[in-house]
Amino acid sequence: MIEIVRLTKQFDDFVAVDRVTLSVSSGEILALLGPNGAGKTTTVRMLAAILRPTAGHAVVAGYRVTEHPQEVRRQIGLLTEHPGLYLRMRGGEYLDFFGRLMGLDAEERERRAKDLLARFGMSEALGRRMGTYSKGMRQKMALVRAMLHDPSVLLLDEPTSAMDPHSAKLVRDAVSGLRHHRRAIVICTHNLAEAEALADRIAIIRRGKIIALGTPKELKGRLLGPPLIELHLAQPADGLVKLVSDLVEIETQGEDWLRYSTPSPQETNPRLLRMLTAQGVGVVTLSEVTRSLEDVYLRVVEE
Amino acid sequence: MIQVTDRPRWLRRTRAIDSEWLRLVFTLVRREVRDSLRDWRIVIPIVILTLFFPILMSFVADMALDWVAKYNAPIVGERMLPFLLLVVGFFPISFSLVIALETFVGEKERKSLEPLLATPLTDAQLYLGKTLAAMIPPLLASYLGITVYLIGLYFIKGWTAPSVLVVLILVLTTMEGLVMVTGAVVVSSQTTSVRAANLLASFIIIPAALLIQGEAIIMFWANYRVLWWIVLLLILVATILVRMGIHTFNREGLLGREIDQLNVASLWHTFRRYLMWERWLFGLDLRPPADGGRVPVWLRWLGTVGGLYGRDVPAILRRSRLAFVVVGVGLLASLFVGQIYAVHYPLPPGVLGLEQITADTFAEMPSIDWLPALTTWGVLSNNVRALLAAALLAMFSFGSLAVALLMAPLAIIFFFTAQAARLGYSPVLFFAVFVLPHGLLELPAATIATALAVRLGATLMSPPRGMTVSEGWIWALADFLKVFLAVVVPLLAVAAAIEAYVTPFLVVLAYGS
Repeated sequence: MIEIVRLTKQFDDFVAVDRVTLSVSSGEILALLGPNGAGKTTTVRMLAAILRPTAGHAVVAGYRVTEHPQEVRRQIGLLTEHPGLYLRMRGGEYLDFFGRLMGLDAEERERRAKDLLARFGMSEALGRRMGTYSKGMRQKMALVRAMLHDPSVLLLDEPTSAMDPHSAKLVRDAVSGLRHHRRAIVICTHNLAEAEALADRIAIIRRGKIIALGTPKELKGRLLGPPLIELHLAQPADGLVKLVSDLVEIETQGEDWLRYSTPSPQETNPRLLRMLTAQGVGVVTLSEVTRSLEDVYLRVVEE
Repeated sequence: MIQVTDRPRWLRRTRAIDSEWLRLVFTLVRREVRDSLRDWRIVIPIVILTLFFPILMSFVADMALDWVAKYNAPIVGERMLPFLLLVVGFFPISFSLVIALETFVGEKERKSLEPLLATPLTDAQLYLGKTLAAMIPPLLASYLGITVYLIGLYFIKGWTAPSVLVVLILVLTTMEGLVMVTGAVVVSSQTTSVRAANLLASFIIIPAALLIQGEAIIMFWANYRVLWWIVLLLILVATILVRMGIHTFNREGLLGREIDQLNVASLWHTFRRYLMWERWLFGLDLRPPADGGRVPVWLRWLGTVGGLYGRDVPAILRRSRLAFVVVGVGLLASLFVGQIYAVHYPLPPGVLGLEQITADTFAEMPSIDWLPALTTWGVLSNNVRALLAAALLAMFSFGSLAVALLMAPLAIIFFFTAQAARLGYSPVLFFAVFVLPHGLLELPAATIATALAVRLGATLMSPPRGMTVSEGWIWALADFLKVFLAVVVPLLAVAAAIEAYVTPFLVVLAYGS
């Protein structure tokens, strides 16, 4: 659905996006994760055929962004960082205007607007001037605008930035509801929880370059090493360290607990439990230590 | 990948304007106009200027007519009625400037521009839609104001404006609105804040104010034919501004530019990049070898000169070919103008008096204040000054004044050549001894300098593809300076020496007594 090959954007002497290569298939949600100024918005603007790449190419919904920019813009829905609504307009008028620009007929415009507003719990907002909307409502209205023509590619640039947690959750819920087998979604964000919650794959971008790409699990495995397991025992762990160190690599230990890493927990953990049971050692808990995407992000970005 | 193959490539490139294309434009226009009409800061002044002000003007005109009649000066009153018609029409359209200035940069500030740029609208549709939207409400208000004023005067004074005058004022008002809006859209699309756009608006407001003052004088002079020429001038300016707007307006420029800061270092860096050229000698690239070896100094110097004259200057002249065509048309026009004037204003016999020319005639020339001293330095400095002034004027006139400055002396030369023919002298001999000796070098030098000056001005209106206005202009400036110093000045220097020492000798030889 989206194919990007060595996409580059240079403003005078500043390289905003540097030879980015990635693809997003139908039904997939990709998060572009990176600090401010990393090149996320510039990448999205090139995918939306608003900015022209300096080098490389991008194919969106089957069309090259440089050769058929209008077709590309017809196929995509773009949610900008700021909702960018015309505040003197009523919600209905606003959606009608964008529906006309996207080539929808009157009946379809009305039907799609009503359906989407109902889906996002905004039906009552149709006749109100948008200047009276709350921040969350404005962002949801912008999302409805981006979805109005049922685009096959949805580009969401910082959909929840500068929003309070409640509004952000409303928008996140709305976005997760847009997942569809015929639609590719790209979300730009610097919100790690949002990326982990919504995305199938994450591309970490820094200074215009993709520095890590994969599913959250792959990224953790690749960048943080094998899974970390914590074992709590019913007795002091001192005598056991030597015993288990042949099987796993011990990272840290306490009086009655130890933490170890293993590349294949499916095989190692049952063997370890059998061995401990044979030795008559009581096991209180055995669980994987949760490692956040934040650890991955910080490690990658700091490198 | 999907290929759009429903129409041939050449036809797709024409971006055919069909009903669907226009439908999108009018969708945009309708929204923008409705938005403007919801803004009380725009609506209230327009209503006042449309209804209240014209009625007030009708009463002012009535009182003024009665007052001037007391002093037996009815002509002042008669001239005032059309003048007030012009004023009533102009005031509402001044609002088009406010709307247009806000049109792109205001949306950008409110962050509502990007969603609009992500729609299938083309750059041309956006430009046209925004321009029309900025013009329609003020123009309708202007027409309504004119109507109210005319109806008021009809009922108060029984005065009916001649239909030609009404048409003239309507056309004039429309063109003034178009010029202001197209200028403001250029400003608006090039700035990053409404504040910056308002500051730059002086470049529109001051000429518009001067124009209205000029029109007012012409109105009192009652020479309405001159106003039609002003209409023609406004059409020309509007055409240039529309072209400039379409060229400079693009999504990239609107969103890519975040700050208005003048980056002198970056400008200098760009200028240096365009000013430089590579050393080259008869096909030999004289860059330092990769193994760290050095090219001998003498070869580097030769390569510098070879690169400049062998590769860079020809390349500059090639990319200035359109400007040369413009200058060529100007040269032909000056020949035509010189001939026409020679026919319409024949000199009486004896005025030329070529037989009376002696060596002393040239020796006395320095006493004529407005002529340069007939020395190499005097002629050279005069020509260099004139061509640099032409380049400077070109920047403020999209290149047109540079051509005009070249045309003026040439028209004079052709005028006198034609007069010489009329008075029985051989025009070929006249041209051969008075112009040709130094003209063989001076004329090509002046043509080259003028063509590059035209590029300097025209770049502002139409930058090279893929370049911003500033980048294109810096490129044109670097080209101008290189060719001016490397080609024009040397040619002018040799021509000046010939003009100072050879031309007078040949003139005396041919005609002297």
